[in-house]
Amino acid sequence: MDGLLLVEQALNGVQLGVMLFLMAAGLTLIFGIMDMINLAHGSFYMVGAFLTATFTGLFDSFVLGLIVAVPLAAAVGVVVELVALRTLYRRDHLDQVLATFGLILFFNELVKIIWGPVPLRLTPPEFLSGQVELIPGAPYPAFRLAVIVVGIAVALFLWVLIGRTRLGMRIRAGASNREMVTALGVDIAPIFTAVFALGAGLAGLAGAMAGPILAVEVGMGEQILILTFVVIVIGGLGSIKGAFVGAVLVGLVDTFGRVLLPAAFKLFLDPSTADGVGSSLASMSIYILMAAVLAFRPRGLFPAYG
Amino acid sequence: MDDAGAPTARRRRVVHGVLLALLLLLPPAAMALGEPFYVSLATRILIMALAAASLNLILGFGGMVSFGHAAFVGIGGYVVGIAFVHAGDGSAFLGLLPGTTNGLVLLPLAMLVAGLIALPIGAVCLRTTGISFIMITLAFAQMLFYLLVSLRRYNGQDGIAVWQRSSLPWPIDLNDRVSFYYLALAVLVAFLALTHRLVGSRFGRVLRAAKDNERRARALGFHTYRYKLVAFVLAGAVAGLAGALFANATGFVGPSYLRWDRSGDLIVMVVIGGIGTLAGPALGATLLMLLEEFMPEALDGLVPGLGEHWKIFLGPILILIVLYARRGLAGLIDGVPGGALWRHLRPEPEPGKPPRRWRKRR
Repeated sequence: MDGLLLVEQALNGVQLGVMLFLMAAGLTLIFGIMDMINLAHGSFYMVGAFLTATFTGLFDSFVLGLIVAVPLAAAVGVVVELVALRTLYRRDHLDQVLATFGLILFFNELVKIIWGPVPLRLTPPEFLSGQVELIPGAPYPAFRLAVIVVGIAVALFLWVLIGRTRLGMRIRAGASNREMVTALGVDIAPIFTAVFALGAGLAGLAGAMAGPILAVEVGMGEQILILTFVVIVIGGLGSIKGAFVGAVLVGLVDTFGRVLLPAAFKLFLDPSTADGVGSSLASMSIYILMAAVLAFRPRGLFPAYG
Repeated sequence: MDDAGAPTARRRRVVHGVLLALLLLLPPAAMALGEPFYVSLATRILIMALAAASLNLILGFGGMVSFGHAAFVGIGGYVVGIAFVHAGDGSAFLGLLPGTTNGLVLLPLAMLVAGLIALPIGAVCLRTTGISFIMITLAFAQMLFYLLVSLRRYNGQDGIAVWQRSSLPWPIDLNDRVSFYYLALAVLVAFLALTHRLVGSRFGRVLRAAKDNERRARALGFHTYRYKLVAFVLAGAVAGLAGALFANATGFVGPSYLRWDRSGDLIVMVVIGGIGTLAGPALGATLLMLLEEFMPEALDGLVPGLGEHWKIFLGPILILIVLYARRGLAGLIDGVPGGALWRHLRPEPEPGKPPRRWRKRR
C-alpha cells in the first residue's frame, strides 16, 4: 500500500462523495422544507443518465447531451411534483412512502419500455477521456477529476444561492419554520416547485455524470438513493452543509473501507479469509458509520431545524 | 384494531369465520379439481400474509414505518439455507454449529436469530422518528443485503438452493403440499390471534397510545421506547419465521429476499389490505401476490409483451389507492351503510383540518 495509491483512492472517495452530494442536496431540501420523503428521487437520477445517453448519441457530444438532458430531468421533476406529489405534502409519511414507491415502479418500467432492459454505455467526451498527472507518477482519469470539479462548483453555487439570495433566504426560512413563512405572506407553493425542480435537476446531473463511470441501467437510481439516505441521516435532515460533509465522509469511508479493510485483515488472517471478512465488513462500513453517528447525535451532524 | 362498535365487530367475526372456513376447504377443493399448483401458491400467500401481519404489528398498531422489514424475512430464510449448506457437507457454521434440516430446531432458531438482529437495529432506529426512521430502517436492511451478497461461502448474489425441506414431527410433512398449507394456515391464524390479544392488552394500548401521541404517553409515565422496541423485535422474529417457511416453500433463499423493494411490497400489502386491521395484511398479501401471478399473463393476452411490464400499472394504482382509498380491503369488510362505495372512495380529511361535519356546525 503506497502513498500514490492512497492519493488515488482519496480522489475516488471524493468523487463518489460529490456525486452523492448532488443527490443529497436536493433531497435534503425537500425533506427539510416540505417534511416529505421522496423515494422517487433516484428516478430523476436514472432519467438524467438515460436522457444523457440518448442525446449524447443524437448530437454526438457528451457535453451537449448533458446540457439538454439535465433541464429535461428537472422538467420531469416539476411534472411529477405538480401531478402527484403536491397533494401529498400534508399527508403522513406512510402515504408519501407508498405513493413515491409507486412512482419508482412506474419510472423503472417506463424506462425499461423505452430503452429496453440492456444497460447502455456512455463514453466520456474526447477531451476528458485521458489521464491527468496531478502528482507526478500518479495518473488519474480526467473525467473523474471533472466530476469532482463540477461537484465542487455546484456546492459553491448552492452556497451562494441558499446563503446569499432572496430565494435562498425563503428556502431557509421555509426549512426552519414553514407556518411562520406562510403567515408572513410568502406564497410557499412556487418555492416548493422551484426546490423540487432544482433537486430533480441536480439528481439528473449526477446521473449524467455517473453514466460514463457506472452502467446506465434500470435500478441504478435506487442503489444511489439508499446511499443518499445514509448521507442525509449522517449530515442531518434539511442541511446543505450536512449533506456536503456527510457525502464526502460516506464517499471516503466507503472507498477506503473497500481498499484498506481486506489489507488490514491480511495482517493476522490467511489471505482468502481476510478477503472475505474484509470485503464483508467493507460493504457494511458506511452503515456502521451511520449507526455510530446516530448513537451520539440522533439528529445528525448538522441538524437544520427543531 | 380500531375500537369498532358492536355491529361492526359482529360483522367482522362473521366475515373472518367465513374466510377461515374457505381457507380450510381450499386444499381438498383444489386437489379435487386437479390443480395442486394452487395449494402451493396459497401456501406462499399465507406465508407472505404472516410476514405482512408481523409488519402490521409495528406499522399499523405502533405507527413505525419500517422500510426494512424484508431483511428479517431474509434472515429467517438464510437460517434455513445456511443450516442446509452445512448439513450437506458436514461442516460447521463458524466452526461451532453443525448444520441441520430439523424443522423443530430451524423454525425457532430463525425466530431467535431474526429477533436478535432486530434488537440492535431497533435500538438504533427507534432513537429517531418520522422520515429518519424510514431511511434508517431501509439503510440497515440494505446493509444486511450487501453483507449476504459478500458471503461467498453461501454463494453470494446467487443464493442457496434448499432442495431438502425441513423435517417436522408427524403429522406435519413439508414435502406434502397439503400438510405444508395447513401448517402455514395454522401459524398465520395463531399469530393473528396473538396480535388480537396483544393489541387489546395493556402492552397494545401503550403501543397505540404512543402511535397517537407519543409525548402524552410519555407524560403518563410510560417508557414508550421500550414498548416500541419489544414490538419491533417481536415483529422481526415473526418475519424470520415467515422467511424460514418461505425458504422451504420455494426451495430457495438469496439476497433478493432482503432487497429494498421486498420491504416496499410488504408495506404495500399492509396498506392495500387495511392498515391496523386484523385481516387486512392477509387480504393485501393475497391481492398483491395474485396480481403478481396472473396479471402478466392477462396483460399479455391484451397486448403481447405488455405482461412483463405489469408494474407500470401497479405504480399508478398505488398512488390512486393512497390518494383515494386509504381504508384498504378490510374497509370493505366493515361495510358502510348507505353509499358504501362512495364513502369508501372518499379521501380521508387532511390532517389539521376538522372533519366536514364539525366545520358545518361552526
